[in-house]
This record gives sequence, structure tokens and C-alpha cells, in this order.
Amino acid sequence: MAAGLVEVRGVHKAYGTLEVLDGIDLTVRPGEVTVILGPSGSGKSTLLRVINHLEKVDRGFISVDGDLIGYKRRSDGALQELKEKDVLAQRTRIGFVFQNFNLFPHLTAFENVIEAPISAQRRPRAEVEAEARTLLERVGLSDKADAYPRQLSGGQQQRVAIARALAVKPAVVLFDEPTSALDPELVGEVLDVIRDLAATGTTLVVVTHEIGFAREVATSVVFMDGGRIVEQGPPAQVLDAPRHARTKAFLDKVL
Amino acid sequence: MSTAFLHKDDTTLVTPDAPVVHDEPRVYGARHPARWVATAIVAVLLAMVVSSLLTNSKWEWGIVWQYLTWPSVLDGLWGTLRLTAAAAVVGFGLGTVLALMRLSKSPLLRSVAWGYIWIFRSVPLILQLLLWYNLAYLYPQLSLGVPFGPSFVQLDTLSVIDKFGAAVLGLGLSQAAYASEIIRAGIIGVDQGQHEAAAALGLPRRRQQRRIILPQAMRTIVPTAVNEIIGLVKGTSVVYVLAYGELFYIVGVIYGRNQRVVPLLLVAGIWYLVVTTVLTVVQYYLERHYAKGALRQLPPTPIQKARWGVGVTWSRFTGRPVPKDLPPSYGRQVRTNVLVRAGRPERSI
Repeated sequence: MAAGLVEVRGVHKAYGTLEVLDGIDLTVRPGEVTVILGPSGSGKSTLLRVINHLEKVDRGFISVDGDLIGYKRRSDGALQELKEKDVLAQRTRIGFVFQNFNLFPHLTAFENVIEAPISAQRRPRAEVEAEARTLLERVGLSDKADAYPRQLSGGQQQRVAIARALAVKPAVVLFDEPTSALDPELVGEVLDVIRDLAATGTTLVVVTHEIGFAREVATSVVFMDGGRIVEQGPPAQVLDAPRHARTKAFLDKVL
Repeated sequence: MSTAFLHKDDTTLVTPDAPVVHDEPRVYGARHPARWVATAIVAVLLAMVVSSLLTNSKWEWGIVWQYLTWPSVLDGLWGTLRLTAAAAVVGFGLGTVLALMRLSKSPLLRSVAWGYIWIFRSVPLILQLLLWYNLAYLYPQLSLGVPFGPSFVQLDTLSVIDKFGAAVLGLGLSQAAYASEIIRAGIIGVDQGQHEAAAALGLPRRRQQRRIILPQAMRTIVPTAVNEIIGLVKGTSVVYVLAYGELFYIVGVIYGRNQRVVPLLLVAGIWYLVVTTVLTVVQYYLERHYAKGALRQLPPTPIQKARWGVGVTWSRFTGRPVPKDLPPSYGRQVRTNVLVRAGRPERSI
């Protein structure tokens, strides 16, 4: 059975008086690629961050494959916040790729990739190392295993970051604007890796401004504005025949 | 200036696909007359200092030399090193705990750490030392047991806190206040994205701190921490008020007896200098270690630098090859200094 069902139900999140997420409902089915579009400040990144509990929600809940993230249901029906240790364990089922890569600069590419499987999942080192080599090969960087992040280009760093996120064998991988910090000529190599990943049937949620990529790879496109989901559907519908004026205005500007 | 290679016929004679061979013009460095004057003045001043050190007999270098390795002086040096090491361990150990307390989410832990730092940074070290030494007056007995309940072990305060104990407590506890701020600054100096990435990967909390955050924090912690330890080496001299046998106290005892005040102060000064120098070297290598990954290329060690310098000079005089591990950038630097070629090379038409 393919894993990676993500359910977001009635999620609200505010910073002070600013409602960043204002009642989000979203279902991502296993193996689907969901691309989230929207203007800056529309809550796209926050949505990704609440999915793996980097931020706590104020209301609503999120589940991955039926398990609540950050909480457990008590026998009386109430929600009990999980201990940090348990939240950390849940996070190994959700990969996260950051806009600024956030590779560990004092560790080599290889050490970055093997860190979580060994220390968070306690898997045998030999097995993890063999997999890490395969992963680096998959993102086209087997010759850079011993390089430090500072010695790599932005595109190479982001590809290492993707390998690092995949090393824990997550059910779903979240991408937070993975190409926004890259030079235009390096965007392609990162999108290629994500495209390959989509083809393997991993569930992906991608926040991006690359409309062309969304059209080609997405199963479903979500357009957000002002902390709400304005429109959602297959790329052909949302991108080519948007029903909402706000979506149309946004697409006119970025296309 | 550049007319040497900017001939009109250059463009007509060279076909686009033929490699263009330019003359290498002579290169002169910029002139710095003021720098020469300043250098001369400082050189003269330096010569005056050295000459007075050598010719003024009151320095009594013979006595300095004699006492430098005097057994009781070496004992004192050992006392100083012991104190420094123990106080540094107490200081940075407790300092780490205090730093983590200040970063904690519990208001009580944060306030207690803040209060500790407030008090121990405010009270002069010498006062703290005397206070600890007089702890037996306040609490003649120390006991180990259940808080507000029965005690299991009873000890005489004086047997636990002797001179060394009081000195380590005084130095260590006040050092902890400073160390905690240094460590806290290092931890909050690490990019927020690193904390997030470690959390997003689900690394256990301790592993996040030890493997991801601390090694990066060390880059900012090391220079200031070594600074503090150097301060501590010299700070141990304050312990003479407890008549503990560290370097400064011993030297005082000796010149109290033989009246050779200046040479004996020099003896102590030289030893402090030696200890500080060793610490500075340690600092260099520590910084180099933690720079791993932060710099594209690590700076050479002093030993490498010396070897390359000698190797290059040697090869210049003898024509022997330069050291094999010489980095290309080093070679370039040397070449621009020695290789100022003149004349026009042949140009193929």
C-alpha cells in the first residue's frame, strides 16, 4: 500500500493578530504531487511548516496516514500534545526541503545524508551508508560525497538537501520554494531531481513559483491567498482556466 | 604606462583564432613613504628598548635566569596551572549549564541563571575568594542528605574547602558567569535554519545540540573562551590573598626574603608569557579545527607556512623544486614578487 496520505482539517494559525492560515482544508493522496501557488504572505510556507509541526496550529489538526501530527487522541476524545521526543520521531516520516537548503556546513555531503537515519532512526550504519551512496548517485552527486556544502554550488547543495530528506524514507516530502534561492541556470537541475522523485510515486507537496513545473508535474494545483485556499484542481483547470478572478490576476502577473 | 603592449598593429596582425601573446610589462608596487618613516621610527624605539634591557644592570638577568627554573618557582607554576585547569573546568562546565538554563523555556530556570550571572559578575573576584575561604565561619558543617530532611554524610567545611578548594570555587564560580554568556552568544549565533533543519530531520534533542549546534557555535566560542582562560591564568595571581602556593605568591615570598624584587617579577612575567603563548597556539589549532566546512580552504598551520617559506627561498637560490604541497595561490604570490619580466616575446603572424 502506498503511504503518504496527508489530511489538513480546519487549520488556523495566527502570528499576533495576523491570521496566516485561516481555515485550511486539504487532502493529499498517496503518490500525488501537489503544487501550492500563491503570492508572498499567502501562508504557503506556513502551511508546509505546520504539516511537520515546525509551527503549532491554533485550531484544527493534521494527520499523515491517519496519525495525528503533534498530538494524540485521548480516551475521552480530547487531544493531548505529544512530547518533543515523539514529535521528532513523527518527523522522520515527513521530509522537508528548505528554500535556503540549511545543510549542516561542518559536515560533508555524505555525513549530511547519513545523519538522520543513523541518529534519529538508529538504523545500522553499513546499510545507511550504502543507501546514502545510492541517493547521492540518484541526485547526480556521487563524486561530491566528501565535499563540504560551502564547496558546492547552490543547485548541488539543494540536491544534497533532497538526498538528506529522502534518507529517512519519508512517506511524504515537503518542498518550501526549493529553487527560489538559486541562479536561474541552476533551477533546472533541482527541478529534474524533483521530477524524477515524482515519477517514483513519493507523495510530494511543493511550494513554488515555477508555473511550468507545476503544469508538467503536478497532479493537483492549490492556489492560496490571504491564508485561505482560493482554488484547487488539476493543473489544466487551475492554470489554464482559473475560475477565480484572484487566481487569474496572479497567473497573469507571473506568466 | 601600458604602451609597451598596446601597439596599433596588434589588432591587424593577430588573427582571431591565434592565441594573443602579450608582453608582460614591468610591474612596480605603489610607494609608501609614510610607511617607511613610521617603520624607521619604530625600529629605533625598538632598538632603544632592547639595548636598555641588555645594558641596564639593574634588570639582573643572571638572577632571572637562576630563578626561572628554581624548584619552588616551578612548584608555583604547577600551582597556577592546576588552579587554572580546575577553575576552567568548573567555570565552563557550570557556564554551559547556565547558558542552557538561560535559553530554557522555564521562567524560573531563566531567572535563576540570570540572577547568578548578575551577582557573580558584580562582585569583585578578590572579595569572592575571601568569602569562600571564610565559608567555614558561616557553615562549619556540610551535610549531604534529603533537602529539609535527614542527612547521610556530615563533613567539616574546613576539610572540604581548603585554600585550593576556596580558590577553585572563587575563580570557577565567577568564571562560570562569564563563560555562560560566551556559550549562550555562540548558540544563539548559529543560524536559525540549522536549528530548524535538525528538528525537521527528527534528530534527538541531545544530538541536535551536540552534533549540529555546538560544533558551529564553537567557531564563535573558541576565541573568546581562550581569551577568558588567558584572563584566568593571570587571574590566579589574585589567589595570593589566600597564601596559596601559586606562581605570584611564591615569587613574592622569594623576593620578600632576598629583596631581588624586579628580577623575580620578571621570572613570573616570563612564565605567564610562556603559558599564554602555549594557549594562543592551542587556540589557533582549535579555530582551524572548527573552521572545517566554514572556509573553502583551511589556513595553513604555522609549521606548513614555515616549511613553505624555507622551501621557496631555498629553491630560489638553488633552483631546486619548491615543496610539493605548496598551494597554487602561494606560488602565485611568490612569483609576482620575483618574476618581473621585461622585453617583448616573439609574436607569430
